Amino acid sequence: MNTPSLEIKELAFAYPDGNQALFGVNLSIQKGERVALLGPNGAGKTTLVMHMNGIHPTSHGSIHVAGQLVNSKNKESIKEIRSKVGIVFQDPDDQLFMPTVAEDVAFGPYNMGLRADELNAVVNEALELVGMLEFRDRPPHHLSFGQRRRVAVATVLAMKPEILVLDEPSSNLDPASRRELADILRSLDITIVMVTHDLPYAHEICARSVILNGGIIVADGPTHSILTNTALLAANRLELPVGFVI
Amino acid sequence: MGERLYLHRHSLVHSLPSHLKIIAAIAFILIVVSTPITQWGAFIAYFLWLLMVVFIAKIPFPLLFKRALIEIPFIFFAILMPFFGTGEKIQVGPFDLYREGLIAGSGIVAKGTLGVMTAIILSTSTTAREILRGLERLRLPVLMVQIASFMLRYVNVVNDEMERMKVARESRGFEATGVKHWKVLATAAGALFIRSYERGERVHLSMLSRGYEGVLPHEEQIEHKATVWLKAMMYPIVAATIFIAQLLIGKM
Repeated sequence: MNTPSLEIKELAFAYPDGNQALFGVNLSIQKGERVALLGPNGAGKTTLVMHMNGIHPTSHGSIHVAGQLVNSKNKESIKEIRSKVGIVFQDPDDQLFMPTVAEDVAFGPYNMGLRADELNAVVNEALELVGMLEFRDRPPHHLSFGQRRRVAVATVLAMKPEILVLDEPSSNLDPASRRELADILRSLDITIVMVTHDLPYAHEICARSVILNGGIIVADGPTHSILTNTALLAANRLELPVGFVI
Repeated sequence: MGERLYLHRHSLVHSLPSHLKIIAAIAFILIVVSTPITQWGAFIAYFLWLLMVVFIAKIPFPLLFKRALIEIPFIFFAILMPFFGTGEKIQVGPFDLYREGLIAGSGIVAKGTLGVMTAIILSTSTTAREILRGLERLRLPVLMVQIASFMLRYVNVVNDEMERMKVARESRGFEATGVKHWKVLATAAGALFIRSYERGERVHLSMLSRGYEGVLPHEEQIEHKATVWLKAMMYPIVAATIFIAQLLIGKM
């Protein structure tokens, strides 16, 4: 069997104030899989994501990204891990902080050591993938929300990650932007972990879903069978929109 | 906000590299400030030269004068100076003014106006981003450039947030009319501060996630030809010529 893109074993975590967020999470994601990470507010989804690239140090258990151990104490390896796990944050204004789109997309690869023509090529390629190449010299605040989210995806793609992690990718998008983003995500040849409450969106993009609640994985299986299990959804404060039939 | 000062035109002044423009502007201001106000002929010459540069930069004169109004609160006291003081008095029109105050006051107004107008030429012909790049090339500490650059990026975001909070307040029937509403406004300012602070943390997190290690990308140094330097430095050079001329005339 190939090395999984992401391998989480017995991951537990408590915040410094004693509030425990994760109680032993086990999760294995194969290369090229698209997985929805579902769960109600406060389930520990964001905490889990913050472990994937070593922003939160692993205190108990282990995480491997493409076979490499996430160890936030080892500076060199953490740099490599952060280039492998690309996180797209919920608010694009948090992610896009450089004066122009191109400079922002260049930020990650620059930190990875790319320069000049090579850097430029990577930036153009990433913007092309999300259909935002013509906006490369625009300041981010001149773009619409949907465009900014696409640029946020590009900033991460430019780092050529092993896994693309998206935090609530469909939030605040109008229906057309939502569909455009879905088309882009499906067109990428990359492992995707999508954190969301938007069950139809999960169904549209991910073949597999995982429910995280109370700091543990309570369900893991094909999205279709999870979303048709009404009792399971109800037990985890998840609901399909009224009238939505799979 | 942020880029609203910039006026897009194709002119010699617009095309000059920003760091040279910054040097030229500062040099011009230093020369103007070191000229004694009693040499009023020199100030007329400075002013005419400045207007010529404004013309070359294709900046509309009404825009220049409108933007120059920003200095009024700063020169307010300078305008009052001739009315309050001691010593010799002179008659100017209907007013009985103090000589010392008049000289000092008009000095502040003249030098201030030339300085402000120089700043207007710079900000109207250079994007805010380019000014920051210029400062970076002039070896201003990276930390300061970074802070200014983040400010430039987020001033709109914070402004929108403030605007939304204002609309939300007004939607619930609140209107700030007097001192008794300051408490509400202060609370809102506090909330805005906390939200901005938290955003700062999230931005930092997203920077760390993309491998940030304390250095923002910066461009490589570009060497400029002597002619470009000369063109940019014409602004203070002409002023320096006027300065020397007034010195010589003063000696005669």
